[in-house]
Amino acid sequence: MNRFDYIRPASAAEAFAEAARPGSAYLAAGTNLLDLMKGGAARPDRLVDISRLPGLDRIETLADGGVRIGALVRNADLAYDAGIQRRFPAVSEALLSGASPQLRNAATLGGNLLQRTRCPYFYDVASACNRRTPGSGCDALHGENRLHAVLGWSEHCIATHPSDLCVPLVGLDAVVELEGPGGAREVQLEALHCLPGATPERETVLAPGELIVAVRLPPQGAGLAAHSRYLKVRERTSFAFAVVSAFAGLELDGGTIRTARVALGGVAARPWRARTAEAALEGAPASPDSFARAAEIALADAHPSGENGFKIALARRLIVRALKDALAGTPEAPAALPASPFAPHPGADHAA
Amino acid sequence: MSLSLRLDINGEPRIVEIDDPRITLLDLLRERLALTGAKKGCDRGQCGACTVLVDGRRINSCLTLAVSLDGAEITTIEGLAGDGGVGGERLHPVQAAFIRHDGFQCGFCTPGQIMSAVGLLAEGHAGADPERVRELMSGNLCRCGAYRGITEAVLDAIAAEAGAAREDAA
Ligand SMILES: Cc1cc2nc3c(=O)[nH]c(=O)nc-3n(C[C@H](O)[C@H](O)[C@H](O)COP(=O)(O)OP(=O)(O)OC[C@H]3O[C@@H](n4cnc5c(N)ncnc54)[C@H](O)[C@@H]3O)c2cc1C
Ligand code: SF4
Ligand code: FES
Ligand code: FES
Repeated sequence: MNRFDYIRPASAAEAFAEAARPGSAYLAAGTNLLDLMKGGAARPDRLVDISRLPGLDRIETLADGGVRIGALVRNADLAYDAGIQRRFPAVSEALLSGASPQLRNAATLGGNLLQRTRCPYFYDVASACNRRTPGSGCDALHGENRLHAVLGWSEHCIATHPSDLCVPLVGLDAVVELEGPGGAREVQLEALHCLPGATPERETVLAPGELIVAVRLPPQGAGLAAHSRYLKVRERTSFAFAVVSAFAGLELDGGTIRTARVALGGVAARPWRARTAEAALEGAPASPDSFARAAEIALADAHPSGENGFKIALARRLIVRALKDALAGTPEAPAALPASPFAPHPGADHAA
Repeated sequence: MSLSLRLDINGEPRIVEIDDPRITLLDLLRERLALTGAKKGCDRGQCGACTVLVDGRRINSCLTLAVSLDGAEITTIEGLAGDGGVGGERLHPVQAAFIRHDGFQCGFCTPGQIMSAVGLLAEGHAGADPERVRELMSGNLCRCGAYRGITEAVLDAIAAEAGAAREDAA
């Protein structure tokens, strides 16, 4: 790990003044940043520790019924928050399917959103990686790329964004509140992460020094609470990143779909909102045929970026499965194995 | 750059001077404070061998900068037995349960498993469900594969705690 200066600002204003200086990085819990620094993939000169900034660790219900979550709320506290579990159950399920209890106790909301790709070449400083070192090439293109992107990639970078939490959040129209040297603004979570194009090193729309202060969930998302699900296919039962994940939320009018929300994880450099699939579902009967058609539409533009064509078929199937689960109703009790397609019934024992 | 940290370690207030902000909590405990119970398995958050409690919550000490913890209360495996102090004679109920159920073989992962289980009990989300216990212990790998005994030990400790709570209420 390189040497760095450690700064602990007392206020947000002080934080972004420090962080706007070149070579600075915000430190929240550090579960992603320190990991990258240990391997040399991140080499900040200055760590600006935001973990004690006041007022950013609250979950508030807003007058309009929406919820505002401070950027320093720990992943575990958000997952087990009673209001979140009741009104946005897929957010809780996605969080609990990610990382481990120890990591979730430390990791923050802001850090989860801004965690970097898990592309192994990005981590390995001996490899060519345009995202880490612009212009150096992309060793993943002709390397181990089973787990890389099938949507929105370019020949400059085929990495995916690894967050589970972001998948239901993007489906629920989350808004990210930012503050920085240039003032306060907000962006839709859907627009926070950039697709690689020719500049994969530009990972988000954040300006230098800009700080995520909160994420807002609009009240409409709570209308999906009775019919929503997050599912995550992993290479082992637990404590693994998604190969593919899917969020589905429905509002029903008898047998007809009034509102549909569909998003995918593990398929692109951003959490992927499947708007064309949603449009096809809305007004259609809540039936397996509609679900299969929506899944086709969601992946219509998908292309393998290497040895990962299987992810396209997997994503289609997972969308259908998540929609079926959503139609059947959000499980009463949180699943023992959150988001697992292998333990469909709460209380079932996958190893029995 | 010299940094002075106030830490409460296993019930003992300490002032720790460090000369380098890169020191993780794990390295501080093992290399500077001679508390070698927490183990360095992967140093990357992937194995749980370094699990300790910070302000009562289990975390991976290998992915936490010591400087960021100024003022925190740290509990390591050394502080679990007896009445809080290091080297106490009376085993913590989770330690006793691991022995009863043979929850280890080589023992390398065991301090992390036990600290994780203590954290799991405090969190209170597992109930008496083995599936939930396994899931909520999934941040701790055991290369000897002692998982069966580990799960039984954790379930036993949960049951003992629930029994004690019932007796208190009666
Ligand atoms: C072994 C392992 C397994 C994991 N498995 C999963 C998984 O299955 N699913 C999953 O979703 N995640 C997983 N993770 C990733 C984990 O969720 C992230 O490491 C964590 O959410 C990051 O949060 P943090 O507070 O530690 O962020 P940090 O590491 O402190 O920061 C991460 C990045 O965000 C920036 N940042 C942080 N907060 C802000 C802010 N408020 N404003 C602006 N910039 C900010 C930092 O500068 C840094 O670049 C795993 C991690 C590990 C180590
Ligand atoms: S896929 Fe992206 S992150 Fe991975 S090596 Fe290529 S440029 Fe780097
Ligand atoms: S040493 Fe910390 S998780 Fe492996
Ligand atoms: S007892 Fe040997 S690693 Fe767990």
